[in-house]
Amino acid sequence: MSEESTTPLKIVVLVKHVPDVQFDRHIDSGTLRLDRAESVLSELDEYAVEAAVSIVEANGGFAAGHEVIAATMGGKGAGNSVKKALQMGASSGLHLSDEALAGSDTVATSKALAALVDYVGNVDLVVTGMSSTDAETSVVPAQLAERLGFAQLTHALAVEFDAAQRELAIKRDHLDRTLTLTASLPAVLSVTDQANEPRYPNFKAIMAAKKKTVTELDLAAIGLDAAAVGAIGSNTEVIGAEARPAREAGTVINDSGQAGIALVDFLAEQKLI
Amino acid sequence: MPSALVFFSEFSEAPSKAQRELLTLASGFENPAVAVASEVSAAAQEVLASYGVVKLYTASSQAQVFGQHELSVLDAALQATGAGLVLLANDNFSRELGARLAVRHNGAIITDVIGITGDLVATKDELAGSYSVQAKPTNGTLFATLKPNSIEDAPAAANIPLAVEELALEDSSDAKVRIAAAEAKAASDRPALTEARVVVAGGRGVNGDFGPVEDLADALGAAVGASRAATDAGWISHDAQIGQTGVTVAPQLYISAGISGAIQQKAGMQTSKFIIAINKDVDAPVFEIADLGIVGDLAKVLPQAAEEIRRRKA
Repeated sequence: MSEESTTPLKIVVLVKHVPDVQFDRHIDSGTLRLDRAESVLSELDEYAVEAAVSIVEANGGFAAGHEVIAATMGGKGAGNSVKKALQMGASSGLHLSDEALAGSDTVATSKALAALVDYVGNVDLVVTGMSSTDAETSVVPAQLAERLGFAQLTHALAVEFDAAQRELAIKRDHLDRTLTLTASLPAVLSVTDQANEPRYPNFKAIMAAKKKTVTELDLAAIGLDAAAVGAIGSNTEVIGAEARPAREAGTVINDSGQAGIALVDFLAEQKLI
Repeated sequence: MPSALVFFSEFSEAPSKAQRELLTLASGFENPAVAVASEVSAAAQEVLASYGVVKLYTASSQAQVFGQHELSVLDAALQATGAGLVLLANDNFSRELGARLAVRHNGAIITDVIGITGDLVATKDELAGSYSVQAKPTNGTLFATLKPNSIEDAPAAANIPLAVEELALEDSSDAKVRIAAAEAKAASDRPALTEARVVVAGGRGVNGDFGPVEDLADALGAAVGASRAATDAGWISHDAQIGQTGVTVAPQLYISAGISGAIQQKAGMQTSKFIIAINKDVDAPVFEIADLGIVGDLAKVLPQAAEEIRRRKA
């Protein structure tokens, strides 16, 4: 076995605690911020945890010294998302929590997360989901690659890791083609919901997760000035938010053999044909 | 009024609807300029001029690297113009370019924009279209990615002479991310899903056969979409998936066939102007948001509608 393949990997998986998409979600009319009650691990981040744990398992497992650190930033509840990631197989957790983080836009969020990755130190790979299910910007992984100087391998449909070369290969759709992209570590990897099937933690995994360490950190601990993040450190400001009027049900008809004609009549009435 | 710079990876003499909307939006700002990361033909340059574009920055590259060349082109054009507003398409690749440069130059990025005022207040959809939010930059250049079907496409009345500048860039072949292989995807004559005026989408209820969905789409000149259940079943390419983890569409008309309308699907289509739903199940949630709901068998309703459209058009 080559020397490279035995060098343990240090992987950080970024997870986000988001309002459950199964319920109605609200933006507070006073603060113009998202109401974060009823939150869960962003469903798309489960694919990131799975990708990281799979890479470890395919390369000697945790016994070989690899680490998968599930990291999040956010209020108290965000720790639950780290716990879920630990149940899925991450080896330890980090929770960056500080009042000053509230109201961070993507530029400020990526600043905080990059500082967190720097704090961990000697990170080979940062793994994220393709998007959060709340803000849905999909831009933080690219911003992290820019800030950290890591290769950007994002929106992966499939992932392969070559341990000997310490190189990642992903498939990604671009324009009218599907590309195979390769890059050496360190890298930022974001995975789509096509990349794998996230595992469902069993009882044993849930019990094992209770013994894993979650470290709580504030901004001072990672050496970041409070003014660098939050609303002050952001370059955008939300100045208004209105709920769109809910769509109302229109006419519902039962097909008694002429519904196709009724459909076309509707198109004609609304000048859609 | 700030000056605007629009970025395209490629630009042909037959621009997409999304590209024309970006040019229309830019034409309302000072000195609209365009940066293109590949060669732009004389005919394509005429199209740019017809939208009032005054300056084109261009550079092409043969390097088999991913993203680096486009990033260099946009960065160089940004330095050359000092634009206060950079407009990009809403696809993942374009938004990532904007996101990186917003970090590099300490600017602002706002995605999923549907309109921008002269003083850079952007309106965008949030929470899958259930909120409309206004946001503005507080520092640096604003990078905005524009959702297709947001702006009425309108070329300028008179052509303005277009100045072209070939950018001198450093070789990007030592970039970190290399393109090891490229596979062409199956071409389609139908309009692109994200920018189509009409979308016909099928779900679990098509039961493996997208024929009736495709037939109605072709009668309407529409794009074909699908729910995740249908793409996961392998009945149609993943590219057709509409919803939270697929594409978001906002057409004039969305016809949903055999899709229950669970929340993940709704997230991808609920800002459509008109929604028509066909489903066997009278309790399908999609009926709660449909302007016209038909409880029936899509295998009967869709072909009958397609035939009737063709009859009326004849």
